[in-house]
Amino acid sequence: MTAIGKDVPRKEALDKVTGAVKYNDDINEPGLLHVKMATSTCAHGIIKSIDVLSAWNVPGVRAVVTGDYLPVMTGSVIKDRPPIAINKVRYYGEPVAIVVADTEHEAQKAANSIKIEYSPLPMVKSPKEALVKGAPLVHEKLGEYKKAIDDVYPAAGTNVADHSKIRKGDMDKGWSECDVIVEGEYTMPKSDHIAMETRNVRVKIDPDGKVYVSSSTQCPHGIKDTLATVFSLNEGDIIVNAPLVGGAFGGKAPVNLEFIAYIASRAVGGRQVKLANTREEDIATSPTKIGLEAKVKLGATRDGILKALELKYFVDAGAYSDTAPRMAKTMASNGTGPYNVENVFCDALCLYTNNPYSTSFRGFGNMGHTFCMERTLDKLAVALNMSPFDLRLKNAISPGKGHTSATQVKITKSNTGDLAKCIYKINELIKLDDDLRVEVAKDKVIARGMSCIWKTSASNTDAISGAIIVFNKDGSLNLIVGVMEIGSGVKTGLAQILADKMNMEVDQIHVQMPVNTESSPKHWKTVASMSTVMAGRAVLSAADDAIRQIKDLGSIVLRVDPSQLEIGGGKVYMRSDPDNYVEFKDMVHGFKFRGGNSIGGQIIGKGTYIMENLTILDRETGKGRMGPAWTVGVQAVEVEYNTKDHTYKLVKAATVMDIGKIVNPKTAKGVVMGGMSMGLGLGSREGFLYGSNGGILNDSLRTYKVMRFGEQPDYMVEFIETPAEDGPYGARGLGEHGILGMPAALANALTRATGVELDQVPIDAELIWQLKTGGYV
Amino acid sequence: MMQLCGTDTIELEVNGEKRKVTVRAADTLLHTLREKLGLTGAKPGCENGDCGACTVLLDGWPIKSCLMLAAEAVGHSITTIEGLKNAPMQKAFFENWGFQCGFCTSGFIMTCHALATIHPGADDDTMADWLQSNICRCTSYEEIQNAVKQVLGKGDSSGVQGVVSMKEK
Repeated sequence: MTAIGKDVPRKEALDKVTGAVKYNDDINEPGLLHVKMATSTCAHGIIKSIDVLSAWNVPGVRAVVTGDYLPVMTGSVIKDRPPIAINKVRYYGEPVAIVVADTEHEAQKAANSIKIEYSPLPMVKSPKEALVKGAPLVHEKLGEYKKAIDDVYPAAGTNVADHSKIRKGDMDKGWSECDVIVEGEYTMPKSDHIAMETRNVRVKIDPDGKVYVSSSTQCPHGIKDTLATVFSLNEGDIIVNAPLVGGAFGGKAPVNLEFIAYIASRAVGGRQVKLANTREEDIATSPTKIGLEAKVKLGATRDGILKALELKYFVDAGAYSDTAPRMAKTMASNGTGPYNVENVFCDALCLYTNNPYSTSFRGFGNMGHTFCMERTLDKLAVALNMSPFDLRLKNAISPGKGHTSATQVKITKSNTGDLAKCIYKINELIKLDDDLRVEVAKDKVIARGMSCIWKTSASNTDAISGAIIVFNKDGSLNLIVGVMEIGSGVKTGLAQILADKMNMEVDQIHVQMPVNTESSPKHWKTVASMSTVMAGRAVLSAADDAIRQIKDLGSIVLRVDPSQLEIGGGKVYMRSDPDNYVEFKDMVHGFKFRGGNSIGGQIIGKGTYIMENLTILDRETGKGRMGPAWTVGVQAVEVEYNTKDHTYKLVKAATVMDIGKIVNPKTAKGVVMGGMSMGLGLGSREGFLYGSNGGILNDSLRTYKVMRFGEQPDYMVEFIETPAEDGPYGARGLGEHGILGMPAALANALTRATGVELDQVPIDAELIWQLKTGGYV
Repeated sequence: MMQLCGTDTIELEVNGEKRKVTVRAADTLLHTLREKLGLTGAKPGCENGDCGACTVLLDGWPIKSCLMLAAEAVGHSITTIEGLKNAPMQKAFFENWGFQCGFCTSGFIMTCHALATIHPGADDDTMADWLQSNICRCTSYEEIQNAVKQVLGKGDSSGVQGVVSMKEK
């Protein structure tokens, strides 16, 4: 009866194809007020004056609020950001004032009328500029900010928000053993999540102090915790409701608009307010993806054994740090990629600039280091005159060979799976151990590139999850978890896990789709590709709890020891005689004996999970255990390049990943393919362009290009199943991983096709033309 | 098209029903459907005509309801995702995992449904030409392509409700 490994359609699938599903902004109550923001038109400057008089003159306006109304500092790593600018603006698009009005258009009209004067300061527009001696300081008071976590090290008097180090082995020895050394410099621009649902939130504050928040979010419990801390509220007074989310990709992991909406509601006496981003605000005002500049030096013996690796990452956090320091740390601690390198030196600097600030983005920094390492490996393969396929296979991380990660964690079969198997497998999908560049016609070249990937989570060491299962009288059950359904199908996967454990049909499991912090157990955040693993463990533990209760009650009715009982098909029965049973429907709300007297009560199972054996990384060496199992894999891209006009077509893209256990094949494949599509978008077209005023030029979906229908290659996805012993049924995370190696594999293929080193993304025909011709016609 | 000044009551034909609704002259059809008629299937993804999440059918043809004023829709037959009942395209999206988060799905299904109705024999180029009007950020589009091909292959677009005057423009 197992539901594991089956293509179970999403529980909410019918609601989604009929339009019945409700996202946060589909629910509107009469009387709610609308919030609109006046945002900065200066990327770095002192706010000289804010003239709000004209805003008050717009009919329907109920409040106009500036940063000094409720000055608070926020940040999940460094408390460096006021939700509404105070005294100074640090990026173009930063909220400077807000208006609350009866209708959206009145609020917008009023917000547009606010006149703000700035004294412009010199801008810091790139990591390189941030590091220049005497560079303007984005945060003059960096040294005075409170830290939200212990292991972050902002450097007062600089633009350095954090500095993460890896010191593994002996670099001098490593370099001395190298016969070949290659170097590369890489850049990846800041870009946007482009979830189809823009961020939006409603807040009201009742007279008794209860704060009701309804948000499109990946972390309802995080909103509760954070609002309580920032505004000194009782946690129990904050009730966050979160319906299904219309795409998130990390962008809805931080608390963002919720701060402003809370302030707005306070300003109108607690009345319900709604703040919904326009697409332009979602791109330019709310947080984005980090940018990256990097230098890599890699050495190997003439046999191609990697001996020494030096990594320097300069992360463009933007105006505020948010989770960027954690992503910089993630790059440092995973920068080797899934390869064994004995000697590793890495400095990862997380830098403030006057670009829009960043937050988590699918891959959490792992796409960045993958691009740098995998491009460098291809350069090394050329220098060694070795096939890139063999070079990767030769150095693939592997258990039982004394291999360790950059953070010096011992590699086991459980914590990494089987990368070599993935590499052999992908070769069956896209031929990689053969000619990687073939001229197929005049002006036409087919070329292939590959990239290995790996990723573990960088979650808090004490991240928790929980599950409650409540039986209905008919013997079916309701599953309540704090995990958000953001499109990954996670809740259906959890239902499959529960159905398997309870030996029931999956349609007997009803999943509560919205999360409510008053009644749903806490799930740290729906991030880090960890939801199935964390909540899955909690679900299994809740099932154990319920099964124990069922067997205890069954043992009284059936008059045998609980150890003699089994469950299945909605019954508890005697192992020795399955015809002797009690149906769930006769016992899960208490068992009634023939005389009417009853025992038991409603069966309610509870289960919890907390991250196990994670440690904070050592400040000087980076040693420590940052996440549980790495998911490893390999990706490849085949392109058709036109040598005449430098355009190219995406022909094929493949991924083979060791995900431990496939819970739902079709869903897993879809999520990986979606990640691949986004990765190809980042490799081929996505990235911010800035005007001379520091503002984003491509802040709409007309100008910010994403992958569109018909541009997709043929996708091929296969999975290897080497169980993670601590994952539910052996499962590892997979949600983000599809994206990780695509920019690298694409750049490797196009470098081969074009003959020019493509060490930056996005790669379009114009870039290739510029590099090939020097930009002259 | 009618002329509106300030706020006025208009009558829209939505999913086969005549609905009276009070709108401002500047109210878009998308805003009116969502905020006044409670038909939230059409989504605001960009409100600039770039993403297609707001797609509904006007006399059987897909339009971006964020780019049309409610007043412009008077006298036309509007079909939203709520007006589709067991359309083959809905089933095909369901069976082919043609969505993840679901936010773009209403708009995508409306475009695909209209394509299958108007061009039941659409080739790959026609399909791409039509479907480039919509953005999906979760899937790889291959799933959506499979769904559309499943319906086009059958050339069957029964189950259509509320769609009238399907004449080639």
